[in-house]
Amino acid sequence: MNFKDTELKREERAALFLGSLYRKYGYSQYKMSKFEEYDLYVRNKDFLISDSVITFTDTNGKLMALKPDVTLSIIKNSKDDKAAVKKVYYNENVYRISGKSGSYREIMQLGLECIGNVDLYCICEVLTLAAQSLKTISDKCILDVSHMGVVSELLESLKISGEAKREIVACIAEKNVHEASAICAQNGVDEEKISVLKELISLHGAPKDVLPKLYSLAHDMVSKETLDLLSKATEQVEKSGFGDIIRIDFSVINDMKYYNGVVFKGFVSGIPEGVLSGGQYDNLMSRMNKKAGAIGFAVYLDMLEQLSENAAEFDVDVLVLYDDTTKLDSLSALVSKLANGGKRVLAERCIPSKLRYRELVELKEEAAE
Amino acid sequence: MEMLNIALPKGRLGEKVYSMFEKAGFPCPSIKENNRKLIFENKECGVRYFWVKPSDVAIYVQRGAADIGVAGKDILLEYQPDVYELFDLKIGICKMAVAAKKGFRDDTMKTLRVATKFANIAKSHYAAQGRDIDIIHLNGSIEIAPILNLSDVIVDIVETGTTLKENNLEVIEDVVPISARLIANKANFKFKSEPIEKIVKCLSQQTEAKND
Repeated sequence: MNFKDTELKREERAALFLGSLYRKYGYSQYKMSKFEEYDLYVRNKDFLISDSVITFTDTNGKLMALKPDVTLSIIKNSKDDKAAVKKVYYNENVYRISGKSGSYREIMQLGLECIGNVDLYCICEVLTLAAQSLKTISDKCILDVSHMGVVSELLESLKISGEAKREIVACIAEKNVHEASAICAQNGVDEEKISVLKELISLHGAPKDVLPKLYSLAHDMVSKETLDLLSKATEQVEKSGFGDIIRIDFSVINDMKYYNGVVFKGFVSGIPEGVLSGGQYDNLMSRMNKKAGAIGFAVYLDMLEQLSENAAEFDVDVLVLYDDTTKLDSLSALVSKLANGGKRVLAERCIPSKLRYRELVELKEEAAE
Repeated sequence: MEMLNIALPKGRLGEKVYSMFEKAGFPCPSIKENNRKLIFENKECGVRYFWVKPSDVAIYVQRGAADIGVAGKDILLEYQPDVYELFDLKIGICKMAVAAKKGFRDDTMKTLRVATKFANIAKSHYAAQGRDIDIIHLNGSIEIAPILNLSDVIVDIVETGTTLKENNLEVIEDVVPISARLIANKANFKFKSEPIEKIVKCLSQQTEAKND
Protein backbone atom coordinates (compact mmCIF):
# COMPACT_ATOMS: atom_id res chain seq x y z
CA MET A 1 0.00 0.00 0.00
CA ASN A 2 1.33 3.40 -0.91
CA PHE A 3 0.09 6.60 0.58
CA LYS A 4 1.41 9.97 1.50
CA ASP A 5 2.19 10.87 5.11
CA THR A 6 -0.05 13.89 4.90
CA GLU A 7 -3.11 11.74 4.28
CA LEU A 8 -2.88 10.49 7.85
CA LYS A 9 -4.05 12.42 10.84
CA ARG A 10 -1.32 13.52 13.25
CA GLU A 11 -2.30 10.95 15.88
CA GLU A 12 -2.34 8.14 13.30
CA ARG A 13 1.08 9.16 12.04
CA ALA A 14 2.40 9.26 15.61
CA ALA A 15 0.96 5.84 16.42
CA LEU A 16 2.67 4.29 13.38
CA PHE A 17 5.98 5.99 13.99
CA LEU A 18 6.12 5.36 17.73
CA GLY A 19 5.18 1.70 17.31
CA SER A 20 8.07 1.20 14.91
CA LEU A 21 10.41 3.17 17.20
CA TYR A 22 9.61 0.95 20.20
CA ARG A 23 9.97 -2.22 18.09
CA LYS A 24 13.46 -1.05 17.07
CA TYR A 25 14.46 -1.05 20.72
CA GLY A 26 13.25 -4.59 21.23
CA TYR A 27 9.79 -3.89 22.65
CA SER A 28 7.22 -6.35 21.42
CA GLN A 29 3.62 -5.41 20.90
CA TYR A 30 1.20 -6.57 23.57
CA LYS A 31 -2.21 -7.00 22.03
CA MET A 32 -4.93 -7.53 24.55
CA SER A 33 -8.61 -8.09 24.80
CA LYS A 34 -10.90 -5.18 25.53
CA PHE A 35 -12.19 -6.72 28.75
CA GLU A 36 -10.69 -7.49 32.12
CA GLU A 37 -12.12 -8.86 35.34
CA TYR A 38 -13.48 -5.95 37.36
CA ASP A 39 -11.82 -7.31 40.49
CA LEU A 40 -8.40 -6.14 39.24
CA TYR A 41 -9.49 -2.51 39.31
CA VAL A 42 -11.26 -2.65 42.66
CA ARG A 43 -8.04 -3.62 44.36
CA ASN A 44 -6.05 -0.81 42.74
CA LYS A 45 -8.64 1.90 42.33
CA ASP A 46 -6.35 4.82 43.13
CA PHE A 47 -3.95 3.83 40.37
CA LEU A 48 -6.59 4.65 37.77
CA ILE A 49 -6.89 8.23 36.59
CA SER A 50 -10.65 8.10 37.14
CA ASP A 51 -12.10 5.42 39.36
CA SER A 52 -15.26 4.88 37.33
CA VAL A 53 -15.19 1.82 35.14
CA ILE A 54 -17.74 0.54 32.60
CA THR A 55 -18.81 -2.88 33.84
CA PHE A 56 -20.98 -5.70 32.54
CA THR A 57 -21.74 -9.27 33.49
CA ASP A 58 -20.12 -11.92 31.30
CA THR A 59 -22.03 -15.03 30.15
CA ASN A 60 -20.54 -17.01 33.05
CA GLY A 61 -21.77 -14.48 35.61
CA LYS A 62 -18.40 -12.84 36.20
CA LEU A 63 -18.32 -9.06 36.56
CA MET A 64 -16.16 -7.72 33.77
CA ALA A 65 -14.91 -4.24 32.87
CA LEU A 66 -14.06 -2.42 29.67
CA LYS A 67 -10.37 -1.65 30.18
CA PRO A 68 -9.79 1.77 31.75
CA ASP A 69 -6.05 1.13 31.84
CA VAL A 70 -3.48 -1.16 30.26
CA THR A 71 -0.62 -1.21 32.78
CA LEU A 72 -2.49 -3.19 35.43
CA SER A 73 -3.32 -5.95 32.95
CA ILE A 74 0.28 -6.17 31.78
CA ILE A 75 1.55 -6.46 35.36
CA LYS A 76 -1.09 -9.04 36.22
CA ASN A 77 0.05 -11.24 33.36
CA SER A 78 3.76 -10.71 33.87
CA LYS A 79 5.83 -13.58 35.15
CA ASP A 80 7.91 -12.95 38.24
CA ASP A 81 11.30 -13.11 36.61
CA LYS A 82 13.76 -11.01 38.56
CA ALA A 83 16.73 -11.50 36.28
CA ALA A 84 15.39 -10.62 32.86
CA VAL A 85 13.46 -7.56 31.72
CA LYS A 86 10.27 -7.94 29.77
CA LYS A 87 9.82 -5.08 27.33
CA VAL A 88 6.42 -4.52 25.77
CA TYR A 89 4.51 -1.75 24.07
CA TYR A 90 0.80 -1.39 23.45
CA ASN A 91 -1.56 0.65 21.36
CA GLU A 92 -5.03 0.23 22.77
CA ASN A 93 -8.27 2.04 23.31
CA VAL A 94 -9.19 2.49 26.94
CA TYR A 95 -12.49 3.63 28.39
CA ARG A 96 -12.63 6.14 31.18
CA ILE A 97 -14.31 9.32 32.31
CA SER A 98 -12.51 12.19 30.71
CA GLY A 99 -11.98 15.55 32.35
CA LYS A 100 -14.80 17.32 34.06
CA SER A 101 -17.40 16.35 31.45
CA GLY A 102 -18.32 13.39 33.62
CA SER A 103 -19.04 11.08 30.69
CA TYR A 104 -17.16 8.04 29.42
CA ARG A 105 -14.87 8.38 26.45
CA GLU A 106 -12.84 6.05 24.32
CA ILE A 107 -9.23 7.17 24.62
CA MET A 108 -6.45 6.11 22.30
CA GLN A 109 -3.44 5.26 24.41
CA LEU A 110 -0.01 4.11 23.38
CA GLY A 111 2.76 3.26 25.77
CA LEU A 112 5.47 0.93 26.87
CA GLU A 113 6.45 -0.96 29.99
CA CYS A 114 9.72 -2.50 31.21
CA ILE A 115 9.09 -5.16 33.83
CA GLY A 116 11.76 -7.14 35.67
CA ASN A 117 15.24 -6.23 36.80
CA VAL A 118 14.98 -2.51 36.07
CA ASP A 119 18.49 -1.04 36.28
CA LEU A 120 19.96 2.36 35.44
CA TYR A 121 20.21 1.43 31.76
CA CYS A 122 16.48 0.60 31.60
CA ILE A 123 15.60 3.91 33.24
CA CYS A 124 17.77 5.81 30.78
CA GLU A 125 16.37 3.90 27.81
CA VAL A 126 12.76 4.57 28.83
CA LEU A 127 13.50 8.27 29.46
CA THR A 128 15.23 8.56 26.09
CA LEU A 129 12.35 6.85 24.32
CA ALA A 130 9.93 9.21 26.09
CA ALA A 131 11.97 12.19 24.89
CA GLN A 132 12.11 10.79 21.37
CA SER A 133 8.33 10.15 21.41
CA LEU A 134 7.72 13.79 22.29
CA LYS A 135 10.05 15.00 19.54
CA THR A 136 8.12 12.89 17.07
CA ILE A 137 4.94 14.70 18.00
CA SER A 138 6.39 18.19 17.89
CA ASP A 139 9.77 19.91 17.97
CA LYS A 140 8.50 22.27 20.62
CA CYS A 141 8.26 19.95 23.58
CA ILE A 142 9.52 19.55 27.14
CA LEU A 143 10.16 16.42 29.21
CA ASP A 144 9.96 17.17 32.94
CA VAL A 145 11.75 14.64 35.12
CA SER A 146 11.62 14.23 38.88
CA HIS A 147 12.46 11.56 41.44
CA MET A 148 9.82 10.60 43.97
CA GLY A 149 12.63 9.73 46.39
CA VAL A 150 13.72 13.37 46.53
CA VAL A 151 10.22 14.45 47.50
CA SER A 152 9.54 11.61 49.95
CA GLU A 153 12.93 11.87 51.69
CA LEU A 154 12.49 15.60 52.00
CA LEU A 155 9.03 15.17 53.51
CA GLU A 156 10.37 12.54 55.89
CA SER A 157 13.00 14.96 57.17
CA LEU A 158 10.34 17.57 57.97
CA LYS A 159 8.92 15.23 60.65
CA ILE A 160 5.29 16.24 60.24
CA SER A 161 2.00 14.34 60.33
CA GLY A 162 0.73 12.29 57.40
CA GLU A 163 -2.07 14.77 56.78
CA ALA A 164 0.35 17.72 56.61
CA LYS A 165 2.59 15.69 54.28
CA ARG A 166 -0.28 15.11 51.89
CA GLU A 167 -1.05 18.83 51.89
CA ILE A 168 2.56 19.69 51.15
CA VAL A 169 2.71 17.15 48.32
CA ALA A 170 -0.29 18.93 46.78
CA CYS A 171 1.53 22.27 47.17
CA ILE A 172 4.66 20.90 45.45
CA ALA A 173 2.52 19.72 42.53
CA GLU A 174 1.00 23.23 42.30
CA LYS A 175 4.33 25.06 42.73
CA ASN A 176 2.54 26.69 45.63
CA VAL A 177 5.35 28.13 47.73
CA HIS A 178 3.23 30.39 49.94
CA GLU A 179 0.92 27.68 51.21
CA ALA A 180 3.64 25.05 51.65
CA SER A 181 5.61 27.37 53.90
CA ALA A 182 2.46 28.30 55.84
CA ILE A 183 1.69 24.61 56.49
CA CYS A 184 5.28 23.96 57.60
CA ALA A 185 5.22 26.96 59.92
CA GLN A 186 1.96 25.74 61.49
CA ASN A 187 3.58 22.35 62.10
CA GLY A 188 6.66 23.78 63.75
CA VAL A 189 9.17 22.96 61.00
CA ASP A 190 12.35 25.00 61.47
CA GLU A 191 13.09 27.96 59.20
CA GLU A 192 16.08 26.38 57.50
CA LYS A 193 14.12 23.37 56.30
CA ILE A 194 11.23 25.58 55.16
CA SER A 195 13.59 27.61 53.01
CA VAL A 196 15.00 24.42 51.42
CA LEU A 197 11.47 23.27 50.64
CA LYS A 198 10.58 26.65 49.17
CA GLU A 199 13.65 26.62 46.91
CA LEU A 200 12.94 23.08 45.83
CA ILE A 201 9.35 23.91 44.84
CA SER A 202 10.39 26.77 42.59
CA LEU A 203 13.45 24.97 41.23
CA HIS A 204 13.12 23.90 37.62
CA GLY A 205 15.22 23.96 34.48
CA ALA A 206 17.88 22.11 32.53
CA PRO A 207 19.71 19.44 34.59
CA LYS A 208 23.05 21.22 34.27
CA ASP A 209 21.57 24.31 35.98
CA VAL A 210 19.39 22.52 38.52
CA LEU A 211 21.59 19.65 39.71
CA PRO A 212 24.42 21.69 41.29
CA LYS A 213 21.82 23.76 43.18
CA LEU A 214 19.99 20.62 44.22
CA TYR A 215 23.14 18.97 45.60
CA SER A 216 24.09 21.97 47.68
CA LEU A 217 20.49 22.62 48.77
CA ALA A 218 19.22 19.22 49.78
CA HIS A 219 22.32 17.22 50.78
CA ASP A 220 21.20 17.14 54.42
CA MET A 221 17.69 16.01 53.71
CA VAL A 222 17.98 13.81 50.63
CA SER A 223 20.36 10.87 50.24
CA LYS A 224 23.25 11.14 47.81
CA GLU A 225 22.15 7.89 46.21
CA THR A 226 18.81 9.37 45.14
CA LEU A 227 20.37 12.56 43.82
CA ASP A 228 23.04 10.57 41.94
CA LEU A 229 20.43 8.46 40.21
CA LEU A 230 18.51 11.51 39.03
CA SER A 231 21.74 13.09 37.89
CA LYS A 232 23.01 10.02 36.00
CA ALA A 233 19.68 9.33 34.31
CA THR A 234 19.16 12.91 33.10
CA GLU A 235 22.78 13.18 31.99
CA GLN A 236 22.37 10.11 29.81
CA VAL A 237 19.27 11.57 28.15
CA GLU A 238 21.25 14.75 27.45
CA LYS A 239 24.04 12.67 25.91
CA SER A 240 21.50 10.97 23.63
CA GLY A 241 20.80 14.38 22.11
CA PHE A 242 17.73 15.49 24.03
CA GLY A 243 19.44 18.10 26.20
CA ASP A 244 17.27 20.81 24.73
CA ILE A 245 14.01 19.32 25.97
CA ILE A 246 14.83 17.65 29.28
CA ARG A 247 14.11 19.60 32.48
CA ILE A 248 14.14 18.73 36.15
CA ASP A 249 10.92 19.83 37.83
CA PHE A 250 9.61 18.49 41.14
CA SER A 251 6.02 19.47 40.40
CA VAL A 252 5.80 16.18 38.50
CA ILE A 253 4.29 14.07 41.25
CA ASN A 254 2.65 10.71 40.87
CA ASP A 255 0.84 8.82 43.63
CA MET A 256 3.47 7.63 46.13
CA LYS A 257 1.48 4.51 46.88
CA TYR A 258 2.42 3.24 43.43
CA TYR A 259 5.38 5.23 42.17
CA ASN A 260 8.82 5.40 43.72
CA GLY A 261 11.91 6.31 41.64
CA VAL A 262 12.08 8.44 38.52
CA VAL A 263 8.79 9.99 37.33
CA PHE A 264 8.27 12.17 34.28
CA LYS A 265 5.72 14.08 32.26
CA GLY A 266 5.89 15.35 28.68
CA PHE A 267 4.40 18.54 27.32
CA VAL A 268 3.94 19.77 23.77
CA SER A 269 3.44 23.43 22.94
CA GLY A 270 -0.19 23.98 21.95
CA ILE A 271 -1.69 21.29 24.16
CA PRO A 272 -2.75 22.60 27.59
CA GLU A 273 -2.00 19.40 29.53
CA GLY A 274 0.65 16.73 29.62
CA VAL A 275 0.59 14.34 26.63
CA LEU A 276 2.98 11.80 28.10
CA SER A 277 3.20 10.51 31.62
CA GLY A 278 5.19 7.79 33.28
CA GLY A 279 7.57 6.62 35.94
CA GLN A 280 8.96 3.79 38.00
CA TYR A 281 6.20 1.92 39.81
CA ASP A 282 7.89 -0.72 41.98
CA ASN A 283 5.39 0.01 44.76
CA LEU A 284 2.48 -0.99 42.54
CA MET A 285 4.35 -4.18 41.64
CA SER A 286 4.79 -5.16 45.27
CA ARG A 287 1.13 -4.32 45.98
CA MET A 288 0.29 -6.82 43.27
CA ASN A 289 2.62 -9.38 44.87
CA LYS A 290 5.30 -9.15 42.20
CA LYS A 291 8.92 -9.05 43.22
CA ALA A 292 10.23 -7.37 40.08
CA GLY A 293 10.60 -3.66 39.43
CA ALA A 294 8.92 -1.76 36.61
CA ILE A 295 9.01 1.47 34.63
CA GLY A 296 6.87 2.68 31.77
CA PHE A 297 4.94 5.51 30.20
CA ALA A 298 1.84 6.25 28.20
CA VAL A 299 1.23 8.76 25.40
CA TYR A 300 -2.28 10.18 25.17
CA LEU A 301 -2.66 10.26 21.42
CA ASP A 302 -6.21 11.60 21.45
CA MET A 303 -4.87 14.92 22.76
CA LEU A 304 -2.87 15.49 19.58
CA GLU A 305 -6.12 16.48 17.92
CA GLN A 306 -5.79 19.79 19.74
CA LEU A 307 -2.59 20.71 17.90
CA SER A 308 -3.76 23.30 15.44
CA GLU A 309 -2.55 22.25 12.06
CA ASN A 310 -3.87 24.38 9.24
CA ALA A 311 -7.46 23.28 9.07
CA ALA A 312 -8.28 21.94 5.63
CA GLU A 313 -9.79 24.74 3.58
CA PHE A 314 -11.67 22.48 1.21
CA ASP A 315 -13.64 19.28 1.66
CA VAL A 316 -12.60 18.03 -1.80
CA ASP A 317 -10.28 19.18 -4.54
CA VAL A 318 -12.59 18.47 -7.46
CA LEU A 319 -16.35 18.21 -7.54
CA VAL A 320 -17.58 16.39 -10.64
CA LEU A 321 -21.21 17.05 -11.53
CA TYR A 322 -23.03 14.64 -13.79
CA ASP A 323 -26.60 13.86 -14.84
CA ASP A 324 -28.53 11.29 -16.92
CA THR A 325 -26.89 12.51 -20.11
CA THR A 326 -23.37 11.76 -18.86
CA LYS A 327 -21.70 8.67 -20.26
CA LEU A 328 -20.86 6.19 -17.50
CA ASP A 329 -17.49 5.31 -19.04
CA SER A 330 -16.26 8.88 -19.29
CA LEU A 331 -17.46 9.64 -15.75
CA SER A 332 -15.63 6.66 -14.23
CA ALA A 333 -12.53 7.38 -16.29
CA LEU A 334 -12.43 11.01 -15.19
CA VAL A 335 -13.00 10.24 -11.52
CA SER A 336 -10.33 7.55 -11.36
CA LYS A 337 -7.88 9.69 -13.34
CA LEU A 338 -8.29 12.54 -10.86
CA ALA A 339 -8.15 10.26 -7.81
CA ASN A 340 -5.03 8.49 -9.05
CA GLY A 341 -3.47 11.87 -9.70
CA GLY A 342 -3.60 12.50 -5.96
CA LYS A 343 -6.73 14.67 -5.92
CA ARG A 344 -9.68 14.21 -3.61
CA VAL A 345 -12.62 13.93 -5.95
CA LEU A 346 -16.34 13.72 -5.34
CA ALA A 347 -18.90 12.80 -8.01
CA GLU A 348 -22.41 14.14 -7.39
CA ARG A 349 -25.56 14.94 -9.30
CA CYS A 350 -25.90 18.35 -7.63
CA ILE A 351 -23.72 20.51 -5.44
CA PRO A 352 -24.15 19.37 -1.84
CA SER A 353 -24.93 22.23 0.51
CA LYS A 354 -22.02 23.47 2.66
CA LEU A 355 -19.49 21.53 0.56
CA ARG A 356 -16.28 23.44 -0.10
CA TYR A 357 -14.52 22.46 -3.31
CA ARG A 358 -11.46 23.82 -5.04
CA GLU A 359 -12.57 23.14 -8.59
CA LEU A 360 -15.85 22.26 -10.29
CA VAL A 361 -16.09 20.02 -13.36
CA GLU A 362 -19.45 19.54 -15.07
CA LEU A 363 -19.60 16.33 -17.04
CA LYS A 364 -22.91 16.79 -18.80
CA GLU A 365 -23.63 16.29 -22.49
CA GLU A 366 -24.85 19.88 -22.93
CA ALA A 367 -21.79 21.28 -21.25
CA ALA A 368 -19.54 19.03 -23.30
CA GLU A 369 -20.99 20.16 -26.59
CA MET B 1 7.63 37.12 20.19
CA GLU B 2 4.92 34.88 21.49
CA MET B 3 2.19 36.74 23.36
CA LEU B 4 1.54 36.06 27.02
CA ASN B 5 -2.20 35.66 27.54
CA ILE B 6 -3.51 36.91 30.87
CA ALA B 7 -7.05 36.38 32.13
CA LEU B 8 -8.17 39.05 34.57
CA PRO B 9 -11.32 38.88 36.70
CA LYS B 10 -13.82 41.54 35.64
CA GLY B 11 -14.49 44.13 38.33
CA ARG B 12 -12.71 46.10 41.02
CA LEU B 13 -10.30 43.29 41.93
CA GLY B 14 -9.30 42.88 38.29
CA GLU B 15 -8.51 46.59 37.99
CA LYS B 16 -6.29 46.39 41.06
CA VAL B 17 -4.56 43.34 39.61
CA TYR B 18 -4.02 45.11 36.29
CA SER B 19 -2.31 48.01 38.01
CA MET B 20 0.03 45.54 39.72
CA PHE B 21 0.87 43.97 36.35
CA GLU B 22 1.37 47.44 34.88
CA LYS B 23 3.86 48.28 37.62
CA ALA B 24 5.57 44.94 36.99
CA GLY B 25 6.41 46.15 33.49
CA PHE B 26 3.53 44.75 31.45
CA PRO B 27 1.41 47.81 30.66
CA CYS B 28 -1.39 47.89 28.10
CA PRO B 29 -2.74 51.47 28.05
CA SER B 30 -5.72 50.67 25.81
CA ILE B 31 -7.27 48.72 28.70
CA LYS B 32 -8.10 51.98 30.47
CA GLU B 33 -10.21 53.29 27.59
CA ASN B 34 -13.79 53.25 28.62
CA ASN B 35 -15.39 50.84 26.19
CA ARG B 36 -16.92 47.41 26.05
CA LYS B 37 -13.99 45.62 24.52
CA LEU B 38 -12.87 42.51 26.38
CA ILE B 39 -9.47 41.86 24.81
CA PHE B 40 -6.53 44.26 24.91
CA GLU B 41 -3.10 43.81 23.38
CA ASN B 42 0.27 45.43 23.77
CA LYS B 43 2.48 43.91 21.11
CA GLU B 44 5.63 45.69 22.34
CA CYS B 45 5.44 44.11 25.77
CA GLY B 46 4.08 40.88 24.34
CA VAL B 47 0.95 40.75 26.51
CA ARG B 48 -2.71 40.23 25.82
CA TYR B 49 -5.16 40.87 28.64
CA PHE B 50 -8.77 39.82 28.69
CA TRP B 51 -11.59 40.37 31.11
CA VAL B 52 -13.58 37.31 32.07
CA LYS B 53 -16.08 36.46 34.75
CA PRO B 54 -14.08 35.91 37.98
CA SER B 55 -15.35 32.35 38.41
CA ASP B 56 -14.29 31.53 34.81
CA VAL B 57 -10.63 32.57 35.12
CA ALA B 58 -9.56 29.11 36.28
CA ILE B 59 -11.30 27.49 33.28
CA TYR B 60 -9.49 29.75 30.80
CA VAL B 61 -6.18 28.95 32.46
CA GLN B 62 -6.70 25.21 32.86
CA ARG B 63 -7.71 24.89 29.21
CA GLY B 64 -4.74 26.96 28.10
CA ALA B 65 -6.69 29.83 26.49
CA ALA B 66 -4.92 31.98 29.08
CA ASP B 67 -1.33 31.28 30.13
CA ILE B 68 -1.82 32.90 33.50
CA GLY B 69 -4.69 34.51 35.37
CA VAL B 70 -5.79 35.77 38.73
CA ALA B 71 -8.47 33.89 40.62
CA GLY B 72 -9.78 33.91 44.17
CA LYS B 73 -8.70 31.02 46.41
CA ASP B 74 -12.45 30.29 46.86
CA ILE B 75 -12.75 29.41 43.17
CA LEU B 76 -9.59 27.29 43.27
CA LEU B 77 -10.80 25.35 46.29
CA GLU B 78 -14.26 24.86 44.86
CA TYR B 79 -13.34 23.74 41.33
CA GLN B 80 -9.86 22.26 42.00
CA PRO B 81 -8.47 23.17 38.57
CA ASP B 82 -5.25 21.38 37.58
CA VAL B 83 -3.05 24.51 37.45
CA TYR B 84 0.03 25.95 39.14
CA GLU B 85 -0.71 28.36 41.99
CA LEU B 86 2.34 30.57 41.76
CA PHE B 87 1.70 33.50 44.02
CA ASP B 88 -0.55 34.95 46.70
CA LEU B 89 -1.22 38.56 45.66
CA LYS B 90 -2.52 39.36 49.14
CA ILE B 91 -5.36 41.45 47.74
CA GLY B 92 -9.09 40.77 47.72
CA ILE B 93 -8.57 39.40 51.22
CA CYS B 94 -11.63 37.87 52.87
CA LYS B 95 -12.57 34.54 54.38
CA MET B 96 -14.85 31.60 53.79
CA ALA B 97 -16.99 31.19 56.88
CA VAL B 98 -20.03 29.47 58.31
CA ALA B 99 -22.75 31.88 59.37
CA ALA B 100 -26.12 31.43 61.04
CA LYS B 101 -28.92 33.45 62.62
CA LYS B 102 -27.80 35.24 65.78
CA GLY B 103 -28.13 32.93 68.75
CA PHE B 104 -28.18 29.78 66.59
CA ARG B 105 -27.67 26.55 68.51
CA ASP B 106 -26.19 23.69 66.49
CA ASP B 107 -28.31 20.63 67.24
CA THR B 108 -25.87 17.81 66.47
CA MET B 109 -28.68 15.25 66.64
CA LYS B 110 -29.99 16.47 63.30
CA THR B 111 -28.61 16.64 59.79
CA LEU B 112 -27.29 20.15 59.26
CA ARG B 113 -28.84 22.00 56.32
CA VAL B 114 -26.16 24.11 54.61
CA ALA B 115 -26.97 26.67 51.92
CA THR B 116 -24.02 27.73 49.76
CA LYS B 117 -22.60 28.63 46.40
CA PHE B 118 -19.51 26.59 47.31
CA ALA B 119 -20.81 23.04 47.62
CA ASN B 120 -17.39 21.33 47.47
CA ILE B 121 -15.79 23.58 50.06
CA ALA B 122 -18.76 23.09 52.40
CA LYS B 123 -18.71 19.31 51.86
CA SER B 124 -15.02 18.91 52.62
CA HIS B 125 -15.24 21.24 55.63
CA TYR B 126 -17.98 19.16 57.25
CA ALA B 127 -16.54 15.84 56.06
CA ALA B 128 -13.40 16.65 58.08
CA GLN B 129 -15.66 16.97 61.13
CA GLY B 130 -17.59 13.83 60.23
CA ARG B 131 -20.82 15.81 60.25
CA ASP B 132 -23.83 14.72 58.21
CA ILE B 133 -25.04 17.63 56.11
CA ASP B 134 -27.62 18.41 53.47
CA ILE B 135 -26.23 20.79 50.84
CA ILE B 136 -28.59 23.33 49.30
CA HIS B 137 -26.89 24.82 46.27
CA LEU B 138 -27.86 28.47 45.71
CA ASN B 139 -26.49 30.97 43.21
CA GLY B 140 -26.96 34.21 45.14
CA SER B 141 -28.61 35.97 48.09
CA ILE B 142 -27.40 33.13 50.27
CA GLU B 143 -28.03 35.24 53.38
CA ILE B 144 -31.78 34.86 53.27
CA ALA B 145 -31.67 31.05 53.40
CA PRO B 146 -31.47 30.80 57.24
CA ILE B 147 -34.00 33.63 57.68
CA LEU B 148 -36.59 31.81 55.60
CA ASN B 149 -35.65 28.54 57.30
CA LEU B 150 -34.45 27.12 54.00
CA SER B 151 -31.23 26.15 55.78
CA ASP B 152 -29.69 26.10 59.26
CA VAL B 153 -26.42 27.72 58.25
CA ILE B 154 -24.71 29.19 55.22
CA VAL B 155 -21.14 28.79 53.96
CA ASP B 156 -20.14 31.94 52.14
CA ILE B 157 -17.48 34.58 51.61
CA VAL B 158 -17.33 37.16 54.37
CA GLU B 159 -15.50 40.39 53.66
CA THR B 160 -16.58 43.02 56.19
CA GLY B 161 -19.53 41.22 57.69
CA THR B 162 -21.91 44.09 56.95
CA THR B 163 -24.30 42.03 54.83
CA LEU B 164 -24.46 39.40 57.56
CA LYS B 165 -25.11 41.99 60.24
CA GLU B 166 -27.86 43.69 58.24
CA ASN B 167 -29.58 40.34 57.86
CA ASN B 168 -29.22 39.52 61.53
CA LEU B 169 -26.64 36.76 60.89
CA GLU B 170 -23.25 36.15 62.50
CA VAL B 171 -20.14 34.12 61.73
CA ILE B 172 -20.05 30.97 63.85
CA GLU B 173 -16.96 29.34 62.36
CA ASP B 174 -14.11 30.28 59.99
CA VAL B 175 -13.46 27.83 57.17
CA VAL B 176 -10.46 29.16 55.28
CA PRO B 177 -8.82 32.51 54.52
CA ILE B 178 -9.24 33.73 50.92
CA SER B 179 -7.18 36.03 48.71
CA ALA B 180 -6.38 36.49 45.03
CA ARG B 181 -3.86 34.00 43.59
CA LEU B 182 -1.79 34.04 40.41
CA ILE B 183 -2.39 30.78 38.56
CA ALA B 184 -0.69 29.36 35.47
CA ASN B 185 -1.45 26.65 32.95
CA LYS B 186 0.91 23.76 33.65
CA ALA B 187 1.89 23.11 30.03
CA ASN B 188 2.11 26.74 28.91
CA PHE B 189 4.29 27.52 31.93
CA LYS B 190 6.94 25.22 30.45
CA PHE B 191 7.15 27.21 27.26
CA LYS B 192 6.73 30.71 28.70
CA SER B 193 8.39 30.35 32.06
CA GLU B 194 10.65 33.37 31.59
CA PRO B 195 8.00 36.13 31.38
CA ILE B 196 5.80 34.34 33.92
CA GLU B 197 8.59 34.10 36.47
CA LYS B 198 9.46 37.73 35.83
CA ILE B 199 5.88 38.67 36.69
CA VAL B 200 5.95 36.55 39.86
CA LYS B 201 9.17 38.22 40.96
CA CYS B 202 7.91 41.75 40.31
CA LEU B 203 4.59 41.06 42.02
CA SER B 204 6.32 39.66 45.09
CA GLN B 205 8.54 42.74 45.28
CA GLN B 206 5.39 44.88 45.22
CA THR B 207 3.64 42.97 47.99
CA GLU B 208 6.80 42.93 50.10
CA ALA B 209 7.19 46.70 49.67
CA LYS B 210 3.56 47.11 50.74
CA ASN B 211 4.12 45.03 53.87
CA ASP B 212 7.26 46.90 54.94
